[in-house]
Amino acid sequence: MIEIQNLTKSYGQIKAVDDISFKVEKGEILGFLGPNGAGKSTTMNIITGFISSTAGTVKVDGYDIMENPREVKKRIGYLPEQPPLYMDMTVLEYLNFVYELKLVDKKQRRTQISDIMELTKIAHVKDRLIKNLSKGYKQRVGLAQSLVGSPDVLILDEPTVGLDPKQIIEIRKLIKALGKEHTIILSSHILPEVSAVCEKVIIINKGKIAAIDTPENLSKGFDSASKLSATIAGPTNSVQSHIQEIYGVKYVDVISEKEKDLASYVIEADKSLDIRRPLFFAMAKAGYPIIELKPMDMTLEDIFLQITTEEKEAE
Amino acid sequence: MFAVFKREVQSYFYSPIAYVLTGLFVLVVSIFFFLSNIGSQSADFNPTLSTISFILIFIVPILTMRIIAEDRKNGTEVLLITSPSTLSGIVVGKYLAMLFVFLVMTCLTFVYPIILFIFGNPPLAPLIGSYVGLILFAAALISIGVFASSLTENQVISVFISFVIMLIIWIIEPIGNAVGGWAAVVLNWFSLSSRYNDFTTGILNVGSIIYFISFIAVFLFLTIRVIEKRRWSQG
Repeated sequence: MIEIQNLTKSYGQIKAVDDISFKVEKGEILGFLGPNGAGKSTTMNIITGFISSTAGTVKVDGYDIMENPREVKKRIGYLPEQPPLYMDMTVLEYLNFVYELKLVDKKQRRTQISDIMELTKIAHVKDRLIKNLSKGYKQRVGLAQSLVGSPDVLILDEPTVGLDPKQIIEIRKLIKALGKEHTIILSSHILPEVSAVCEKVIIINKGKIAAIDTPENLSKGFDSASKLSATIAGPTNSVQSHIQEIYGVKYVDVISEKEKDLASYVIEADKSLDIRRPLFFAMAKAGYPIIELKPMDMTLEDIFLQITTEEKEAE
Repeated sequence: MFAVFKREVQSYFYSPIAYVLTGLFVLVVSIFFFLSNIGSQSADFNPTLSTISFILIFIVPILTMRIIAEDRKNGTEVLLITSPSTLSGIVVGKYLAMLFVFLVMTCLTFVYPIILFIFGNPPLAPLIGSYVGLILFAAALISIGVFASSLTENQVISVFISFVIMLIIWIIEPIGNAVGGWAAVVLNWFSLSSRYNDFTTGILNVGSIIYFISFIAVFLFLTIRVIEKRRWSQG
């Protein structure tokens, strides 16, 4: 549905987006993750045709944004970081205006706009001036605006920013529901959000793609070692040396000592080996009962930090 | 185009600026009507209209200052540009909205010629010519204002830029005359006011009408180019 190839945008010497390529299939929800200033908004602005790229191509449904901007724009609903609202209009007037602006078939205007207001839960404020609405409602009106004309693709730049926790949950639910009919690209710097909503994640840092995968695969496969956390009863020195002897173990350390002869350990081993069984037998043989044993998947947070700090160190 | 036109006209009459500006305009026209028609007991409205054309240099920049600058500042520019509507349609829509607002203001001044017709016997043809000229002149100034508004997101700067451009165009004729020779011919070509003066004699010169229309087209074209260029150079 969306195909991006070697996209680059430079401002003088600075490359805001540096040679990005990815694809989004129809019906997918793609999360765009990165720290502030990573190039998320710039990429989105290019896809929607608001700014031009320095190099590279963007294709939506086979249409190129530079050659056929009109066809692309027809297929995209865009919610920029700052919702593009006219403060001096009422919600209904505004949505009617957007409807006309997007050149949608006039016959369905009433039903479509009332459906959208129903969906985004703004029907009860439709006659209020936008400037008098709270931030949360403004955000919803912005989202409603992007839905006008039922575009195939929705591009949402930080859709939950500035909302209270309850509203965030509602908006996420709404986005998930919309994902059934629309292809969505969503940007965020909040990790749980992306892992809650998206099927695929792109981590972007300093204009470059640092990782593309599903949230699960990212947490599983990013680190080359597999990590376990284990709570084992027994004298710490002896336990540690026993663990060290197991084939494939690279590293053992005590995280915390709970009481005498009972401590939590972190164990790192080669990724290709599952050391849980050898660990069990080794401990059973030595007579140290394992109280707790669980694999430590990296959370998106860890990955995110790791990727972004790694790059800093590399410099 | 029509959606943008409708929104801008509506927005204009929702804002207090429209009423302040219209009030100011009508007040100034009334003062000049009193001075040059009632005061000097003349039924000729043309001198009054000539004075009004000068007042427009102050009124039009304020009228057009927000038309594009505000969209940039509030981020609504994104909505307009990422919509399937064409950029030229959007700019023309905005321009026509400003022209429409000006026409509404102009209609309010019709009351004075009507008074003159009731109590006197003013010449009709020069009056119609003057009004057509005034509207074309204003239409040209509005295109300058729209252009200036596209250059900046600061409305005060926008007023300043359009005021300076209009002032230069206003004084270009005297400068040309002072210089003389071929420079006078070239500079006069850019003078809107000399074209306007044709109309006050009641002559509807097709050449002048085409001149005004091309003048407007050039400034609207420049406006579109400015917005396009920004998409290429900035984010």
